[in-house]
Amino acid sequence: MSTGHEPPGDARPVLELDRLSLSFGGLRALSELDLQVSEREVVSVIGPNGAGKTTVFNVITGVYEPSAGDVRFGAHPGPAQSIAGQSPHVIARLGIARTFQTLRLFMNMSVLENVMAATYGGTRAMPWESVLRLPRARREEREARALAEEVLSFFGQRLAGYRWDQPAYSLSYANRRRLEIARALATRPRLLLLDEPAAGMNPAETHEVTELIGQIRDERGVAILVIEHDMHVVAGCSDRVVALDHGIKIAEGGFDQVANHPAVVEAYMGRHPEDLAGAE
Amino acid sequence: MSIDPQGPKVGADEWVARQAHRREYLPSWLGRAQQAGERIGWWPRLAIAGLAGLALPLLGLGGFQLQVGIDALVIALLAVGLNIVVGWAGLLDLGYVAFFGFGAYGYALLSSSQLGANGIHLPYWLSLPIVMIGAAILGLAVGLPSRRLLGDYLAIVTLFLGEAFVEFTNNVAPSKLGGPNGITSIDPIHAFGVSLNTNESYFYLLVIVLVVTMAVLRLLEYSRTGRAWRAVREDPLAAAAMTIPVNRVKLSAFACGAMVAALAGTIFAAQQASVFPTDFDTPILILIYAGLILGGIGSIAGAATGALVVMVIYDGLLRSPAEASILFYGLGLLTLLVKLRPWRRLALVLGATIALGFAAYAIANAISPSVVAGGPQTAGVLGDGLRDWIIVPGNPQTAQTAGNIGFVVLICLAVALVQVKGRWRTILLVPTIYLAAFVWETRLVNEPSITRQLMIGAILIVMMIARPQGLLGQRRVEVAT
Repeated sequence: MSTGHEPPGDARPVLELDRLSLSFGGLRALSELDLQVSEREVVSVIGPNGAGKTTVFNVITGVYEPSAGDVRFGAHPGPAQSIAGQSPHVIARLGIARTFQTLRLFMNMSVLENVMAATYGGTRAMPWESVLRLPRARREEREARALAEEVLSFFGQRLAGYRWDQPAYSLSYANRRRLEIARALATRPRLLLLDEPAAGMNPAETHEVTELIGQIRDERGVAILVIEHDMHVVAGCSDRVVALDHGIKIAEGGFDQVANHPAVVEAYMGRHPEDLAGAE
Repeated sequence: MSIDPQGPKVGADEWVARQAHRREYLPSWLGRAQQAGERIGWWPRLAIAGLAGLALPLLGLGGFQLQVGIDALVIALLAVGLNIVVGWAGLLDLGYVAFFGFGAYGYALLSSSQLGANGIHLPYWLSLPIVMIGAAILGLAVGLPSRRLLGDYLAIVTLFLGEAFVEFTNNVAPSKLGGPNGITSIDPIHAFGVSLNTNESYFYLLVIVLVVTMAVLRLLEYSRTGRAWRAVREDPLAAAAMTIPVNRVKLSAFACGAMVAALAGTIFAAQQASVFPTDFDTPILILIYAGLILGGIGSIAGAATGALVVMVIYDGLLRSPAEASILFYGLGLLTLLVKLRPWRRLALVLGATIALGFAAYAIANAISPSVVAGGPQTAGVLGDGLRDWIIVPGNPQTAQTAGNIGFVVLICLAVALVQVKGRWRTILLVPTIYLAAFVWETRLVNEPSITRQLMIGAILIVMMIARPQGLLGQRRVEVAT
């Protein structure tokens, strides 16, 4: 397997999927999928609808338990540990954060609270400490707020100060997507899973998202696995691209390599003798 | 998808959000008072409300009124506790009243001659923590099997558990729990040489306890724990993906709610000096929910206000025909004033209704004076004003029958009113109002036990139409996923 494009920096794998399979009854959603994401690497997952892209995210984050195979996540100093079958909140605490394709914000909470809620795993104060305003509770509250303001300011004017106290439902669609990313960053992840971050955005916003992904990687040192249909985003942000179809990895490598791969063309366009001949 | 299909909030920019925010306030001067209240901050607001509550007995509140106040404060405390479970964690708990009963029975056993040779008579500073910790454990025990249940399933399972408590106290260990006869001669609250023996003292205690509980919950609401509760209500899957242990957070909400309910139970038992299984049955649960919904689910101040309003109306005003009538006519007039526009239409409907009444009375009187010999049940100035307007047959038997028939016709008219539009609705409104007053005077006013249920129902219906988020609640969007 040659990637054609070396990931920058330390190439230690953060995430390893090892012959991962998942079946729903007779339907094989994923079969024997191998995938690696290294530190500070942006990997895109592409594929037609129903290819199993979101299912991969759901297995990694513990929503589904794999039928076979393993998911290993590199806890920074120690060796990689298996996280298959763990509860979602445990996996999130280990350092994997995600966004959702169908937005899942805490709609009736304010923008700032949405982000601060994600600091739960990183804080320890018990309810009585919060009520009595004991030192630990006050310090954690201050830190949570500072972290929330920091990740929100990542988006500049888009999620600027006056919006912080508004309920999340008052945000526009694009801003809801941004808020989901901010909320995920507030869990202090080492691996960020973005499920179609550019869906429903106009061309200018799509361009912004592409730059944002690189920025998150560079400034926060996070490895990113991203599902995206918009090929401008995929081409613009990925170190490596993985193509799935029917739960099987059909191609992997640099963007140009994968985009022109005959199996990928076939998965998207269907089989056509002349196209296949042309690609070869 | 997560887009709210009806609201104007979708794709909202700053302006739309501000408009939505403006509409969160009550109309006219009430809204201005609300805004002024928000400017001074939450704890001075709560302190002012508490001091006003403490001043009430000084204004001459006594006897029956004081008892109504005490009952209202107990229900308010329960509603504030229920708000944790239902309003914040989003768990529809219909067994909540069992924790209230547990607190009351727990206090009763620890402060009476029921257990042991000489009974147990613990001071309050010892019995309260024991009962509250017990309730928290019971809350966890109930929550443990229920934590994976959602929505309807959770509601029905907890309803069973609530009923199980009533059956338990009715049937198990009658020598200790007293069966249907309950536990009597419970000690008053006593600690550090002080004993609370008067209703005034319990009123003061309840006001203080309610204010302190509300302050504690306010501090909890915007803390790590409160945010986790609300996040779990909004979206459990997203909450789990954001490091929140969903099941544990749900259990902690159950336990906290149970502790507040048990606290209310101990004061209730001590003030009543007796507890019976029927005190903790479904009717109390309905009142707590009515208060919470009226005040606004999710709002601490709303839960307390709503419960106080419901209980004062239900227990205080609706027991005496005169006060119930003022409420009935006042609410009716208010609804017309708010809903009928333009003013010309309002004046027309009111004028026509008044004219219809006098005309009908004059005609009926001309035919046979006995038909109008009854006179309205409503006493006082209001009754005098209605005397020559409303027809009430002299024979009580006839009045009752006429009232029953009138009730059925009234419902038909109300249904017809919804079906027609425009001018016909205005015309139909006149006889409907008159018939409603007729049914009220001949039938409903004499049946306070039924009437007050109907009235609370009517108030909730009006609330649902005028202000679905409740008196002080925040508007919420429901997200179908």
